[in-house]
Amino acid sequence: MGNKQTIFTDEQLDAYQDCTFFTRKEILRLHGRYHELAPHLVPMDYTNEPDCKVPLSLIVNMPELKENPFRNRIVESFSEGGDGNLSFNEFVDMFSVLSEMAPRELKAIYAFKIYEDLEKTLNRLTKEELTPEEVELVCDKTIEEADLDGDNKLSFADFENMISRAPDFLSTFHIRI
Amino acid sequence: MPPKRKNDVAVKVEDVGMEVDAEIDSGSEDEARRRAKNRRAKPQRKAKQPSEDEEDEDEDETPRRKGRRKKTKARAKDDDEDDDDEDNRSVKSKTSKASRKKAPKDNEEDSEGEGDKKKRGKTVSKKEKEQQNKEKKGNVKGKAGQSKGGEKDKKKKNGSSSSSSGSDDESLSEGEMEALKEQVEEKKKLVATLRNKPWRMKRRLDVLKEAQDFVEKFEGALGKGKGRRLYAFKVMMAKKFIKFKRDFENFKTACIPWERKIKDVESHFGSSVASYFIFLRWMYGLNMVLFGLMFGLVILPEVLMGLPYGTIARKTVPRAEQDTAMDYSVLFDFEGYCKYSILFYGFYNNEKQIGLLKFRLPLSYLLVGVGIFGYSLMVVIRTMARNANEGGDGADEGDFTFSWKMFTSWDYLIGNPETADNKYASITTSFKESIVDEQENQKDENIHLRRFLRVLANFLILCCLGGSGYLIYFVVKRSQDFADMDNADLSWFEKNEVEFVMSLLGLVCPPLFETIAELEDYHPRIALKWQLARIFALFLGNLYTFLFALFDEVNEKLEREKIIKNETELALAHYYANYSSFYNTTDVPPPNVHPADAIRGPCWETGVGIEFVKLIVSDVQVSYLTILIGDFLRAVIVRFLNYCWCWDLEAGFPSYGEFDISGNVLGLIFNQGMIWMGAFYAPGLVGVNLLRLLSSMYYQCWAVMSCNVPHERVFKASRSNNFYMGLLLLVLFLSLLPVVYTIMTLSPSFDCGPFSGQEKMYDVVMQAIDQDLPAFIGNIFTYATNPGLIIPGVLLMVLALYYLNAVSEGYQQANTDLKKKMQAARDEEKNRRNNKDSTNQVMKDLEDLLPNKSLIPRPIEEEPPLDEIKVEKVSKPTKTKPGSSGNGVNLQKEVSLAAPNPRGPVTHGPGPRGGPPLNTRGPQPGPARGRGRGGHPRR
Repeated sequence: MGNKQTIFTDEQLDAYQDCTFFTRKEILRLHGRYHELAPHLVPMDYTNEPDCKVPLSLIVNMPELKENPFRNRIVESFSEGGDGNLSFNEFVDMFSVLSEMAPRELKAIYAFKIYEDLEKTLNRLTKEELTPEEVELVCDKTIEEADLDGDNKLSFADFENMISRAPDFLSTFHIRI
Repeated sequence: MPPKRKNDVAVKVEDVGMEVDAEIDSGSEDEARRRAKNRRAKPQRKAKQPSEDEEDEDEDETPRRKGRRKKTKARAKDDDEDDDDEDNRSVKSKTSKASRKKAPKDNEEDSEGEGDKKKRGKTVSKKEKEQQNKEKKGNVKGKAGQSKGGEKDKKKKNGSSSSSSGSDDESLSEGEMEALKEQVEEKKKLVATLRNKPWRMKRRLDVLKEAQDFVEKFEGALGKGKGRRLYAFKVMMAKKFIKFKRDFENFKTACIPWERKIKDVESHFGSSVASYFIFLRWMYGLNMVLFGLMFGLVILPEVLMGLPYGTIARKTVPRAEQDTAMDYSVLFDFEGYCKYSILFYGFYNNEKQIGLLKFRLPLSYLLVGVGIFGYSLMVVIRTMARNANEGGDGADEGDFTFSWKMFTSWDYLIGNPETADNKYASITTSFKESIVDEQENQKDENIHLRRFLRVLANFLILCCLGGSGYLIYFVVKRSQDFADMDNADLSWFEKNEVEFVMSLLGLVCPPLFETIAELEDYHPRIALKWQLARIFALFLGNLYTFLFALFDEVNEKLEREKIIKNETELALAHYYANYSSFYNTTDVPPPNVHPADAIRGPCWETGVGIEFVKLIVSDVQVSYLTILIGDFLRAVIVRFLNYCWCWDLEAGFPSYGEFDISGNVLGLIFNQGMIWMGAFYAPGLVGVNLLRLLSSMYYQCWAVMSCNVPHERVFKASRSNNFYMGLLLLVLFLSLLPVVYTIMTLSPSFDCGPFSGQEKMYDVVMQAIDQDLPAFIGNIFTYATNPGLIIPGVLLMVLALYYLNAVSEGYQQANTDLKKKMQAARDEEKNRRNNKDSTNQVMKDLEDLLPNKSLIPRPIEEEPPLDEIKVEKVSKPTKTKPGSSGNGVNLQKEVSLAAPNPRGPVTHGPGPRGGPPLNTRGPQPGPARGRGRGGHPRR
């Protein structure tokens, strides 16, 4: 226990618990994982909120993300600068949104961000095994299905409407850590 | 978060801080003016001039910003001012009161403003800005509310000041407090919902801190006099409670077992395989409760308070069996000492009340037996309802085929390269399937052959089912013959034939069905459903055949028991007659027979219990062996023989096993069914099952991780969860039937079990009602069981059922209507969009004929605005089939049918026709129109 106390103050842990869907233990574990990624960069002591970031290349190699075709997009979406380097806060944020407890609305917002580019999304999803014509067709169809306001693009409202009815979205859009 | 005590002080200081500050810093003209105004305002207000009030408020707004500067100063002077504070309190001048009242309000506003500024100062994305705007609005509102409150408060103060000279030491008046309270509540709410806000963590932390500080600061200020202390106490307790709740949550999540294990499996095999383990865990929880009931209310009392082993006949091994009673083989068949132990029904005594507590064991036994069903039913239904709520609102599958495939088909839990590869493959295939579907809507060739094959497959499977049913019946019949023969003559196989055959059927048939199902060529998801249904039918058929055979046996035993009972009674009568005639006395002591030598009936309940326990045990053995051989051995062979084999074993024929989800889940469900059925006859069965599930968890987890490969077609478990639950419910109901039947109709054995001596088992309840409850309850019960009451009751229930059914139908109707409406709206939207193009085709032709060209929008090809989604480039308005985009001839019908396009005012004149089309019309680029949340910049 003594070891744990030095990583975060109680206030910090409480604040994190208020801001995320994690329990105290999980936050400490997350810190452990974060520290593991770059032991030389990340200090063990977080009581004075050091400013350090772990680069994208290290984060996407986590086993939880490694096989995910959208790993780069995910990490980029959660980084404030958009470059994919995550501070611990952003790191916790990412897994909080992807946790099981996060509500559909919150997840939808980030999913919208992650799936920004339909074509790329599709190519990542199928490892580029569809022909360009097929990709075009699928993208067309997707937009046709989901686009409610008829502007030939997916606004967030369209996206949310579509995702709110998807039976699998909640069960698949989460990562356990 | 700063410690609370200190903050309290700070609050007090700031209550007066402004005033002190003002006196010192008299150079601040704002402050001075305000002060003056305040003084001036009072008499005016006494004269009731609300307009002045408003003006006052307006001016309050302006100096607010400057006030902040001062506040910081005030903070710096914390220490000396603490004393000042006391002084001020004692002075209680009207002015001080007024300004004090004002001060906290201003402070609030300041903190708000500060927060606002901070937020504004940040570099934020569009969305965030929007959020901010909202918040700002909220702030403004809050301010408005505040000022209102302030006004009110001033008026009130007028009243109070005119009536009483100032004995009150309240620092805040009602209205202000209301406003404060509101704000505090608001902040609290913000804290509670903070985690749902789509903000960056840093911002969230900042907001949290701010809100918490605010709450800390002003929560203490609320309440007054004695009430204040109480309020502070309340706040403290609330905080403690929150902390406790959080700790409790932490504890609770820590208590959920096997979380990591399941996570491991999940990351390797996707959510479908994990769903089995989650189901297993759920089942374990359920069985824990059942075991708790059984153990606490039946087994433990009997052990602690009942008669010990060897005191009466039912608790003693018969003399003839005593030699072999401790043999392993005998014990393994649950004969010998096992049979006469608390594991089985026969061991329990029919003494009405036992021990010091006068525990009514027979009654408890019956109630627990029924209660197990009641509890299970409740839990299953509750879980089902919860699951049903969780699923989406069930839009039609067809609406979003591609969108869902695109956005929800990747399972983020996958963390294993092999699974990922399979998933990629399956996603690609499913996309291709859909594309093909889309391109050519069903071109069924050779539908006759397909139909023939499906009929053939179903016929074959029916044959299988019938055959397996007959086989079981045959075997059970044969086992009854064996039972009559001498035990020593029988081989092991002959003794365990029933269990063996049942397990074997469960093992062989599902793969057979799967092979036959190949003929049908269904979509895999449909095929899975069929497969599940067939295995279910198989298991169910087997179980019920087994049950019927068992009932035959029971009836036989009942016959035998009757004879034995008569014989014992006869012998007893003889004994009494002889004894009384010999000793010439009517006071006959009971015959002195050693319990082991007593004549005893067959005790059919224990027999049934033993059958069930044996069934479970053999099931465990077979399934564990299957895993060991079918998975582990196979994996070992494939892995190590692959080095010296002529073909690739891993990729070729045997390969590694896949985890059979449907089979395993169904196995679990039927296992549970047998537990439910058998628990009444063998109270120990629940405990056995608990062990089984526990070992199963570890064993199967290990087996899956070490020797299985992910499915070829990784599919999701999403909805099937409730499907499993539905099956479980069905099995629960089906296993309820035989138990209730035996309780209500068969008469219990006369010399064993808690109900011996009763005509029917439920007589215990009747007795308890008659003898132990006050008479009027008995009366009520008699009335309640009167047909005259029951029939109206049933009628009422039927009516209620009818009514509820009608209501639900109404809702369904409304639901479908709404869906239709939505569909219509969607179609309309789509039509509009499509028509844009097609109309334009017509319009193009018309254009030449019309004089005023400016009224007609020019045809354009959508040119994507730069910040739009990339795909848009390729997305021509759909529904214009390839080839028809050039001329809108085939679309003219649609044109005439569809509603006219909504058109904005034409701002540009018509450009030269024939040139490259310009984007002058239609949806303007940029954020999606008409949608609150707005377009998201796309790159």
